[in-house]
Amino acid sequence: MVNIVIDNKPCEVPAGSTIYEAARSVGITIPTLCHMEGLTPTGACRICVVEVEGAPGLVPSCSFPVSEGMKITTHSPRVLLARKTIVELLLANHPDDCLYCIRNNDCRLQDLAADLGVRRRRYTGARNRFKVDVSSPSVIRDPEKCILCGKCVRVCEEVQQVSAIDFIGRGSSTHIGTAFDEGLNLSSCINCGQCILVCPTGALHEHDHLKEVVNALNDPERMVVVQHAPSVSVTIGEEFGLAPGTDCDGIMVAALRRLGFDRVFDTSFSADLTIMEEGSELVHRIQNGGKLPMLTSCSPGWIKFAEQYYPDFLDNISSCKSPQQMMGAIIKSYFAEKTGIDPDKIYSVSIMPCTAKKFEAGRKEMLHESYADVDAVLTTRELARLIRMRGLDMKALEPEGADTPFGERTTAGKIFGASGGVMEAALRSAYFLITGKNLDNLEVKAVRGLEGCKEAHVKIGELELGVAVASGLKNAAALLDQVRNGRSDLHFIEIMTCPGGCIAGGGQPLSTDLNAITQRMQSLYAIDAGETVRASHENESIKRLYEEYLGSPLSKKSHHLLHTHYSSREVML
Amino acid sequence: MATAMQTAEGRDLQEILERYPNAGRDALIPILQDLQDVFGYLSRDMIARVGAHLHLPVSKIYGVATFYNQFRFAALGKYHIQVCRGTACHVKGSAGVLDDIRRLLTLEPGETSRDGLFSLEVVACIGACGLAPVIRVNDEFYAEMTTSKIERVFKTLKKEAESHD
Ligand code: SF4
Ligand code: SF4
Ligand code: SF4
Ligand code: FES
Repeated sequence: MVNIVIDNKPCEVPAGSTIYEAARSVGITIPTLCHMEGLTPTGACRICVVEVEGAPGLVPSCSFPVSEGMKITTHSPRVLLARKTIVELLLANHPDDCLYCIRNNDCRLQDLAADLGVRRRRYTGARNRFKVDVSSPSVIRDPEKCILCGKCVRVCEEVQQVSAIDFIGRGSSTHIGTAFDEGLNLSSCINCGQCILVCPTGALHEHDHLKEVVNALNDPERMVVVQHAPSVSVTIGEEFGLAPGTDCDGIMVAALRRLGFDRVFDTSFSADLTIMEEGSELVHRIQNGGKLPMLTSCSPGWIKFAEQYYPDFLDNISSCKSPQQMMGAIIKSYFAEKTGIDPDKIYSVSIMPCTAKKFEAGRKEMLHESYADVDAVLTTRELARLIRMRGLDMKALEPEGADTPFGERTTAGKIFGASGGVMEAALRSAYFLITGKNLDNLEVKAVRGLEGCKEAHVKIGELELGVAVASGLKNAAALLDQVRNGRSDLHFIEIMTCPGGCIAGGGQPLSTDLNAITQRMQSLYAIDAGETVRASHENESIKRLYEEYLGSPLSKKSHHLLHTHYSSREVML
Repeated sequence: MATAMQTAEGRDLQEILERYPNAGRDALIPILQDLQDVFGYLSRDMIARVGAHLHLPVSKIYGVATFYNQFRFAALGKYHIQVCRGTACHVKGSAGVLDDIRRLLTLEPGETSRDGLFSLEVVACIGACGLAPVIRVNDEFYAEMTTSKIERVFKTLKKEAESHD
């Protein structure tokens, strides 16, 4: 610990912390733009400058460490003038576009301009002009709103190990772009949307599908069906000012009905279905000398990553479609038949924590007959926008239950939303499939938590099953490299693209706050602990689906509807 | 994909990369310089191969390459136009010359026209200050450029190109 004085307050802070962290710990927030916990500091923006007694100039607090006896002033007139000037210079090269901007009211640049009292355009002159890149099905880039903080570049490289984007050019023409300044759709981008979560401005946002969905809702000829992913109910509350982790399941279902969706289904149901298929596939591979370790297939960013960087593992990837696509497939087949509706008249929407799900829904592998499994994907943020647009009060709505036949879920399906959840759910059912009995303790704590890589060895009958769970593709790549280099004790690996899993997906409320993400995770496990049906093979509606339609897991019909295969992809890496 | 290795270009590329065995990021600029010296520009293919050789993502290489003005990413046109932006030419109005050419050919510096006829480059002093403002097309210098002179030069060049076809 070292003793310092911040804004006249003597305090004791951990040695080695930055001035920014020290100030935060005593309740003073210094603004930042380019700084992010866990990423290499670059000191690019200098908005975080403070005065340190004895130092010749202002120092950037985000990277400057405290030292014994340091006297810091965080908001002196000199500091405020410097910050204000930085913001004014940024605005000089920025469109005055707030009213039309997707980040209006939720923008760090706007906040700073307001907090620092910027009231007029002080610097005028020509500003840089760029085209909006709408080529990607997942992420839209609007470089005119970019302030070159570089966070997207660092996340893409340091968390996802993709590096689809970088700084291009120099001086006043510097901008963020892909190799050869091409559309993001042609690049190595895996559509994860992590860059959106860290972007302080409206320069990056999801490819919005609200218009198509609203049109479908207003079309009396269409039956509009919606599914919502396991993690969305514990994150959407944040968009309406509720504490992170608040479970809004019933209220969200009620809101979806008020919005006009004809049926509300729960993707946790098809997560249970995924477990039946994927668990059976794992057992089949183990018992028949199939390719191991088996890798999960539910995270579409990871799938594109594998197609590009690990094509040698494509046969290791489970042939199961993701829960979103499984739900889509059975809606337009089983559900359509059962209710006597022409699948052509069904418009299938999913509410997802994820921008890559938009890409997945459009993949050619996800067509059967001539139908797309899923017609439109909305992120959690887009759903919140739709709810606001319709003036629904999330605090006043009465909770409602999802519709049959795909509304019943077990908590195994629900915990899919957190990294390790798929693994835990799969272990619960694989144990049952192999031994005919349930695990004594259903909770596999070793695979829970926000660490990037978790491992466990689980005894199932005679077999010692080696499992690993990775989230964030840099972590996944490190694990796969071990397997490439001969590591052979692993049977099953869960890979989620986003660090921490879907609760931190690129379509979630804009927050990279670790506390919020921890709350979201704990909420899912609290739901799991609080209910009695906790294993996918105990889902009665799933049993009925097999009896009435699919036969058994891995049946011919299952394969036709619920499984697929991926092939390697040529992009510039 | 016809592998680049089978072509003469591929062999030259391979030969350049082999000059830098087990190289890291430090070798990036020298490799790019060698490539540009031999081929006159950096193609997508070349950048991808350099990326594989140095274990660097293509976005990084492109980013670094665009940081320096010297690299181009399109093959030179049949007529490669260099506009001098040295001090003497600047004083005599080379900014206007550049604007005229950009407008006339709808071409930006570093680009090559779709028909492959013209490519444009801005250069610092080309050592012909007495002729300012001066441009150079392939090996030929054109002195004391004005708007009407520029129009005439390009008309002639276009005609010349047509008659060759
Ligand atoms: S990015 Fe922020 S400051 Fe810029 S137009 Fe959008 S809301 Fe306004
Ligand atoms: S979506 Fe993901 S992969 Fe694509 S640019 Fe953003 S961070 Fe990189
Ligand atoms: S796009 Fe956003 S995150 Fe990326 S550099 Fe620009 S402002 Fe920063
Ligand atoms: S936040 Fe400290 S330099 Fe940008």
